[in-house]
Amino acid sequence: MTPFSYTRAEDVSDAVRLGAGDATAFLGGGTNLVDLMRETVAQPDRLVDVTGLSNAIAETADGGLLIGAAVRNTALAEHQAVRTRYPVLSRAILAGASGQIRNMATVGGNLLQRTRCTYFYDTDGSRCNKRTPGTGCDAREGFSRIHAILGASDACVATHPSDMCVALTMLEATVHIEGRDGARTLAFGDLHRLPGDRPDLDTVLSPGELITAIALPPLRFAARSTYRKVRDRASYAFALISVAAAVEMDGDRIGDVRIAFGGVAHKPWRATKVEAALRGASPTEAAFRAAAAAEFADARSLRDNAFKPELATRTLAAVLADLVKGEVA
Amino acid sequence: MSFIVNGNAVTGPADPRVSLLDHLRETLHLTGTKKGCNQGACGACTVLVDGERILSCLALAVQYDGRQITTIEGLGEAGTLHPLQTAFIEYDGFQCGYCTPGQICSAIGMAAEARRGVPSNVSANLSDNVTLTREEVQERMSGNLCRCGAHNGIIDAIQATITSERVTEVTA
Repeated sequence: MTPFSYTRAEDVSDAVRLGAGDATAFLGGGTNLVDLMRETVAQPDRLVDVTGLSNAIAETADGGLLIGAAVRNTALAEHQAVRTRYPVLSRAILAGASGQIRNMATVGGNLLQRTRCTYFYDTDGSRCNKRTPGTGCDAREGFSRIHAILGASDACVATHPSDMCVALTMLEATVHIEGRDGARTLAFGDLHRLPGDRPDLDTVLSPGELITAIALPPLRFAARSTYRKVRDRASYAFALISVAAAVEMDGDRIGDVRIAFGGVAHKPWRATKVEAALRGASPTEAAFRAAAAAEFADARSLRDNAFKPELATRTLAAVLADLVKGEVA
Repeated sequence: MSFIVNGNAVTGPADPRVSLLDHLRETLHLTGTKKGCNQGACGACTVLVDGERILSCLALAVQYDGRQITTIEGLGEAGTLHPLQTAFIEYDGFQCGYCTPGQICSAIGMAAEARRGVPSNVSANLSDNVTLTREEVQERMSGNLCRCGAHNGIIDAIQATITSERVTEVTA
């Protein structure tokens, strides 16, 4: 690790003041940032510890929830209102990492964690446009099992690693941000970027901007929602494919539906084509497969990840069949 | 800065780069906590902070000012082992022993989470009623790897201890 200074922020304004400067990083639980610093992928001059900021989960006037950015992942997953009103969020968090890491990791840090592309971490021998812009990408022609099939670019084929963010994308959460120029909010789906020719930028946040909270809107059918993750071992691994889904039935047809995929792109992927195809449809296996085909018509696979569209299609169909039957909790 | 390790007040490191793991091992000479992968993949460095299990390799020691830290050295003594230590012997829960301190600290934190009603990825529903079936224990302990092949013994030892009549509450 290269030397850095450490300061604990007392409140949001203190954090924003201390966070001014390109070489400053905000520190949550450290489960990703400390590792990146140890590998010299990240080399901040100053860490501003923001774990002392809001860790509250509060009801909002519109019937949703406001989640402080310093809430630990375990605390969010076990919160009673989340379990009963947004089960997809509890399920997504519990599908990620390990018990120890969920106890450390914060909500804000989960949003800003970086890809687990192995070429990104390999400072000794691999080229990576995300780590060092303009040097090239060894992932594209390398071991590509975990890489993106949607929205990738010549510069970068990395995927976003978070499970929680897939649920938050599906739920249309709002991100609360504070910066030197004041406060702003952002639709969750607009926080993360596709790589384009700037894969070094994971999000649209400006240097020094701090995520202070996430707001969950009321969604009447979120109680009928769940998350399913497929990975190379039974537990404690990143997703090959994951699906966050919520369904509202209208008689024997699908009234409304929300779908997001993980493991397919540089950002959590809101599946608007699946949703459009399924609204008003009869909930059959054929309809689920046709909806997925619309979403993955543009998929571009690499040497090792051509299985992903079919795996995503089967996972989607299985999740929707369970939700339609009401067989999830 | 300072914190409490196994009941003793100790001074933290001056350099913010020092991990909690390195401070425990290199400065305090509490070498029971092991450095396996040093990148959050193996669980060998698991310790308890205010009763919650964390990975000390990914923890900067400066972040833990004033906290209560428990390591394997704080759990039992020669002659009066912690019930989980006894069970690991009884059920062959180790071979080389390198993952054992992390496994035991993790199991204590895991049991507390289950008592609190925290669900897991394999829980059939998200209610507070957690029954620590074998599948539940395996899932909840998945952050602790054993490369010798003692996983079945480890799960046996944990299940026997946390469901035994002798020990209704496994704590530090």
